[in-house]
Amino acid sequence: MSVAGETRAFGLRHLLGMEGVAREDIVTILDLADAMAQISERPIKKVPTLRGKTVITLFAEPSTRTRASFELAGKRLSAEVINLSASTSSFQKGESLLDTARNLEAMRPDILILRHSAAGAPHFLADRLGCAILNAGDGWHAHPSQALLDCATIRKHKGSLDGLEVAICGDIRHSRVARCNVIALQTLGAKVRCAGPRTMMPVGMEEQYGVTVHDRIEAAVEGADVVMMLRLQLERQRGALFPNAREYARFYGLNPARAALAKPDAIIMHPGPMNRGLEIDPAVADGERSVILEQVTYGVAVRMALLCLFAGVRPEVG
Amino acid sequence: MDLHLRRGRVIDPANELDEPADVVIRDGRIDRVGRDLATPSGAVVVDCDGMVVAPGLVDIHVHFRDPGFEYKEDIPSGLAAAAAGGFTTVCGMPNTKPVNDQRTVTDRMLARAREAGLARYLPIGAVTKKLEGKELAEIGELHEAGCVAISDDGMPVWDASVLRRALEYARGFDLPLIQHAEDPTLSQGTCMHEGPAATRAGLPGQPHACEDGMIARDLEIVALTGGRYHVAHLSTAGAVRLVRDAKARGLPVTAEVTPHHLHLTDAACCGYDTSTRVNPPLREQSDVDAVRAALADGTIDAIATDHAPHSSIEKDVEFAYASPGLIGLETSVGLILKLVEEGVLDLPTAIARMTLGPARCLSLDVGTLSVGAPADVTVVDPTDAWKVDANAFRSKSRNCPFQGWELPGRAVLTVFEGRVVHDLRKLTT
Repeated sequence: MSVAGETRAFGLRHLLGMEGVAREDIVTILDLADAMAQISERPIKKVPTLRGKTVITLFAEPSTRTRASFELAGKRLSAEVINLSASTSSFQKGESLLDTARNLEAMRPDILILRHSAAGAPHFLADRLGCAILNAGDGWHAHPSQALLDCATIRKHKGSLDGLEVAICGDIRHSRVARCNVIALQTLGAKVRCAGPRTMMPVGMEEQYGVTVHDRIEAAVEGADVVMMLRLQLERQRGALFPNAREYARFYGLNPARAALAKPDAIIMHPGPMNRGLEIDPAVADGERSVILEQVTYGVAVRMALLCLFAGVRPEVG
Repeated sequence: MDLHLRRGRVIDPANELDEPADVVIRDGRIDRVGRDLATPSGAVVVDCDGMVVAPGLVDIHVHFRDPGFEYKEDIPSGLAAAAAGGFTTVCGMPNTKPVNDQRTVTDRMLARAREAGLARYLPIGAVTKKLEGKELAEIGELHEAGCVAISDDGMPVWDASVLRRALEYARGFDLPLIQHAEDPTLSQGTCMHEGPAATRAGLPGQPHACEDGMIARDLEIVALTGGRYHVAHLSTAGAVRLVRDAKARGLPVTAEVTPHHLHLTDAACCGYDTSTRVNPPLREQSDVDAVRAALADGTIDAIATDHAPHSSIEKDVEFAYASPGLIGLETSVGLILKLVEEGVLDLPTAIARMTLGPARCLSLDVGTLSVGAPADVTVVDPTDAWKVDANAFRSKSRNCPFQGWELPGRAVLTVFEGRVVHDLRKLTT
């Protein structure tokens, strides 16, 4: 793999969400991710593509998968990766996000990856800092690298997203994954159905995104090519949105009977972390049609692609 | 300084006047209003051709943060902003630190305002001690000290029995109660309006029912008590319907609307600009249409800015963490002239909603050009187009969502008790 220099007209300076991201840019990312995926299958999982580049991850909210995935992506590309979290950063001492970020920027990173509980936090920094900002999850708003890795996984299994029926089920109100996927999937030509209890369905989904909304998940799962289950975001919920776990699992969990309503070749996805036995039955999560761990594998590849593109380095993959 | 404001379009809703005329100011009072008046000796003549001469504007809802948060605004800087915006009377909300729930605080506010002397500052006292919504503040003594209304603004008077007792008790002093209508159980944890825009932005929103449900309940308590009730910063189509019905029932109800709720929708929040974070939140287009119509037809009595200064410490942060509020004194006239330009209401009605209307809501003896009245006069140039630049404001704060807007006109001269307190074009020097 050799470095081909600066990117062509890759249209993005920051990755804040999937709103307004052009189909060509998504395809560029996914194509590069397919190539990057090979690197992780080699005995020596490292290339020099981002040697001399600095990546900082700033996680003001807990994360296992996303953070490990970005860190590994950077390391496999030979970037310098520094990880900061809320518990080890100056947030603990009461420093504002803007001050923390300005100080980090003063150390001249190429990319700052931010996870934050407040929607819009990455936009706030993007307006004020010079380095590229990658949103690794902001409140309920967006989680674009997750949407991209989901699209990459679907594309690998289905060849194309054009015309696919995708069901997204569960706690949509609190889900940045759902919002981001709705946009990315439709940009790539898929049709989206959303389902969940009304207490977890944000208002105006139909008019805002042109999806169909269902009160029960059976209607959404029936005949779907892809079923994406969402984690019940218990930590974000306020007040009684459902009676109890038992009732939720009974009426809104993806059990084998409900999963059987989807097309025979449908794939089952979940962004993790799973609440086993709540939104997804272990028999489905671990079943033949589940691609949940493939999503994680693709996550590293997609994030490698993102780091290259946002560091302004376009590797020739050979 | 005696003044002869010559050949302006004099609009004085209290006297049902809208005609070309002169206004003569002598010894701090309105001396004469009429055509082709003689200039008193020593008076400065101001040619007002093409301009509107109106009573000094009245804003019954401002936050001057004094005492307690003077780094955001204080009474002198707030009054300077008022004068620059064409206001000669402002009513200050009690959510200061300490709260204006006792006369020592009221006395101090009035002393500060007198010293600044740039506009009339009329304090609003708290309904309940420390705005806690539990025990009544010393409402009688607050009235005696000069408070013109009571409010727990920023917080609703939520407990129905406390609201009942406050409305009953305030009758003894003929004080209106200004309600910040927000059901806290529906707004807890939210930072914008709940609608498609909130869904897109991924921000928790409060529904229309948060405001509408509170007002609906309150109106039954108004019917029960006969107390005077004023709806602060009304923002929804549902609230318009409720107030319209209440007035038809003959209840003692009045309402105000802010310039920002007349111009902006929740879509403005989608860029996470914290100057669009405000309570009540910016609503939907159907709400904007409804409050505009209600302002024109008189269902809404007054325009009030809810001028709420915050510094960069409160505003240069993540959207959800930002303090709610925005500043409005220096853009209000321009934004209302824009409504006139858009045909929402005519100019005399607009002036009425910024003078007589608000004065009547709180029974204030201001907002007219009647002969003998204190000479509070605002000269507006409706064709002096300008571009909003918050950095040039007199206010200490910059939390203005209208930065960069082109507005059709503004106040060019403000006279308070016969003294020139704002003279944009040096018309009197």
